[in-house]
Amino acid sequence: MTSFIEKLRQIYPPERLYEDEARLIPYVSDGLTAFREKPAAVVMPLNSEEIVETLKLCHEHQVPFVARGSGTSLSGGSLPISEGIVISLNRLNSILEIDPDNRTARVQPGVINAHLSAAGAPHGLYFAPDPSSQSVCTIGGNLAFNSGGAHCLKYGMTSNHILGITAALPDGEVVQLGNDSLENAGPDCVGLFVGSEGLFGVALEIQLRLLPIPETYRTMLASYDSLEAAGDAVAAVVASGILPGAMEIMDKLAIEAAEAAVNAGYPQDAEALLIIELDGEASAVDAEFEALTASIEKTNAKEVRIAQDNDERLLIWKGRKSAFSAVGRLSPDYLVQDGVVPRSKLGEALKEISRLGAEAGLRVANVFHAGDGNLHPLILFDGNEAGALECAEELAGKILRYCLKLGGSITGEHGVGVEKLSFMPEMFSEADLNAFKRIRKAIDPHEISNRGKMLPGKEAPALSHSGPHPLEKAGIISRM
Amino acid sequence: MLHQISDTDLGPSGASMIKPIEACVHCGFCLPTCPTYSTMGDEMNSPRGRIFLMKETLEGKIEPSEIEPFIDNCLGCLACVTSCPSGVEYGELISPYRAWAEKKRERSLSEKLQRYALLKTIPHPSRFRTASKLASVFKPVAKYLPKGFGAMIELTPDQLPAKQAFNEKYPAHGDRRGRVALLIGCAQQALAPSINAAAIRVLNRNGIEVVVPKSQGCCGSLAMHIGESKQARKAALKNFDAFPADVDAIITTAAGCGSGMKEYPILFAERDETDLNEAEAFSIKVMDICEYLDQIGFIPPDASDAPPIKVAYHDACHLAHAQKIRSAPRRLLQSVPGITLLEPAEWEICCGSAGSYNIEHSDTAKELGRRKVANLQATGADLIATGNIGCLSQIEFHSRVQQKPLRVVHTIELLDER
Repeated sequence: MTSFIEKLRQIYPPERLYEDEARLIPYVSDGLTAFREKPAAVVMPLNSEEIVETLKLCHEHQVPFVARGSGTSLSGGSLPISEGIVISLNRLNSILEIDPDNRTARVQPGVINAHLSAAGAPHGLYFAPDPSSQSVCTIGGNLAFNSGGAHCLKYGMTSNHILGITAALPDGEVVQLGNDSLENAGPDCVGLFVGSEGLFGVALEIQLRLLPIPETYRTMLASYDSLEAAGDAVAAVVASGILPGAMEIMDKLAIEAAEAAVNAGYPQDAEALLIIELDGEASAVDAEFEALTASIEKTNAKEVRIAQDNDERLLIWKGRKSAFSAVGRLSPDYLVQDGVVPRSKLGEALKEISRLGAEAGLRVANVFHAGDGNLHPLILFDGNEAGALECAEELAGKILRYCLKLGGSITGEHGVGVEKLSFMPEMFSEADLNAFKRIRKAIDPHEISNRGKMLPGKEAPALSHSGPHPLEKAGIISRM
Repeated sequence: MLHQISDTDLGPSGASMIKPIEACVHCGFCLPTCPTYSTMGDEMNSPRGRIFLMKETLEGKIEPSEIEPFIDNCLGCLACVTSCPSGVEYGELISPYRAWAEKKRERSLSEKLQRYALLKTIPHPSRFRTASKLASVFKPVAKYLPKGFGAMIELTPDQLPAKQAFNEKYPAHGDRRGRVALLIGCAQQALAPSINAAAIRVLNRNGIEVVVPKSQGCCGSLAMHIGESKQARKAALKNFDAFPADVDAIITTAAGCGSGMKEYPILFAERDETDLNEAEAFSIKVMDICEYLDQIGFIPPDASDAPPIKVAYHDACHLAHAQKIRSAPRRLLQSVPGITLLEPAEWEICCGSAGSYNIEHSDTAKELGRRKVANLQATGADLIATGNIGCLSQIEFHSRVQQKPLRVVHTIELLDER
């Protein structure tokens, strides 16, 4: 390690190589603070060459590394490794090119999602994936975790918008996956890289697709007496044949938190709130709106409200997008889950979550992408109470298992990270996991790229999620 | 966020410091609006990073001296409070933390001298005047002086406006609708006495009687925001005595003073009950001039003959973030005939003035000043309105440096007859 750090010092000046406690501590966690790990060093490269040199050095010394953007992962995807380094990509934040004619862009990985859309706006273009943290999170992170967002119901996840990646593989070799052409030859290597949670190296440059900003939006708020009724309304809208840009549900607790945070003007007496947004050409939206109104009329909504102007629409979305963090107002700690169920089984899943929550004696707030069955139960607990975290984790495990039972997934967009590692063997067979591992080994023989994330390691992880995390038992991670 | 701070040895401000730490969920929504994070790009210079560092220090895991540079870099602009969905009151952590850490701090002689000079001149208009004359002499050699002194001299205007004395009472015009006391402030009184004069005229014209207590002094906010609590309390106590109780509100035209005076209960949390009660009674009456005028129902001036004018409004951090006052000044300005209000980009990002920050951290402050001026210039406004003397001087100064001078006025000056 000493000679490794010695060589790092030849790449980075002291002000971009952090080794002292005070500059390492702020990097111990990302958006999941239940897990904290101090890295051996943090480096702040200014260009691709420095990243490549760093990876070569890591490969040579078999030192693991974690590439990190804004550190907003909710699954511990950018949790550092104590014997490894963090490569902070925040200063690689240039939008290298916007090609309005072909509606494409080329960016560095540290560009903030919302900044890309802002840069596209003068050309009438935007980047469609809109994770709730879009004001903060980076394109590199979106790519690594195949992020979604409220509008991925209509426009798809990040993977649908990435055309090419100039990537540094874990040994420092630079390859071009895909390119900025809209169609491509050969296997979908870009697809393999997107959502790989950093296991295949670092994206140096990303070529992506921009979409024309919709001509018009129509945003509807409908409130209901029960979550189930809101879920049924979603089914009714889908059955009518409309494909809205987004369909989101928030329950009473989530409404309360979001309202306290941003005063979005949500109805306060509702058990559930459904946000539906139509977007596109004005004539099409008008026709869809008529159909939408007709189907919502049959759903026993307590109150239906339409955003009167763009400010009101933005406020509705600000409330929704702040909801996770806003729950911090209701409880000192929470765990957010990200399970997916088939849309037709939404009502059933919500009922079971509320039963499981009551059984565990914990409050659960629900905010979710109803249109694609992506649930976000937020389990509230007080970490200062002995055993509370374990109890919350146990409940989270039960919820995820129920999602799997219904034919869904343990994650929709937050990724596996370290948090859901132990559920991988429940979702995938041994053969599936072995195939993943062989691919990983082929690209990263020393397993240095974001080691310990997504793929369970050699030590067989416990199938139960109660008690200490399997990685804690293995001494790889710890909580403070 | 989980922590292991024991509040027993932190005194009464311990609870105030722990609350924001517990509330922070480390989501990172504060990052893009933080002026230091957005210029430096590293976690220790971000709000959530500093919260982590203060937590570790208060837990006794690292020494306060190790995290000093990152705590010092914070402008205290509180943009993070505005952008925080979890309701973290960062200001209630950083101010007491600075005071706690200051007690353990060994400052260099030059630092001590600089802070001493700062706290002995800025809060005293007459000394400030003398110092500014002295500064103009030293201007040619400013760049050879220690950084802080150099910045202090550079920022001092070449010539100060004539000294202005105030009467003790200004009666309301017409039927009296209310009675207020005005804090005339310290640095502002030397740099731009016209602001308070305009405030008195506008208040009177709106039927408000204005009392200007003779024995008042600096409110102590400057000292408070750099962790010098003792001095701040001394200043506050003097004003508790100076200000009459029989007024509807204590009005200030400086956002920094308003936010500081509204924080008196935190400043006095550690003191005996009498002082704390007094602090609470005083603080509850403090209102920014725009907040007050908006609340009583502002009667706009008759400006039918005035030519139309485009005004860009600059949100002072201590008004927008610390006091959450954004719509009142806009509503007031829009009520004046002929004014078209423009909104600059990056409204939430500090201009770099931040109390004495542009003196103590001149590099970051310069970068922020440059960025703010560029955003304001891009609006194409004829003139800039803002609610704080610090912002006003900083923006004016940096627009001059860039050789594209902007005219910056206090909001109240536009609400006066044109």
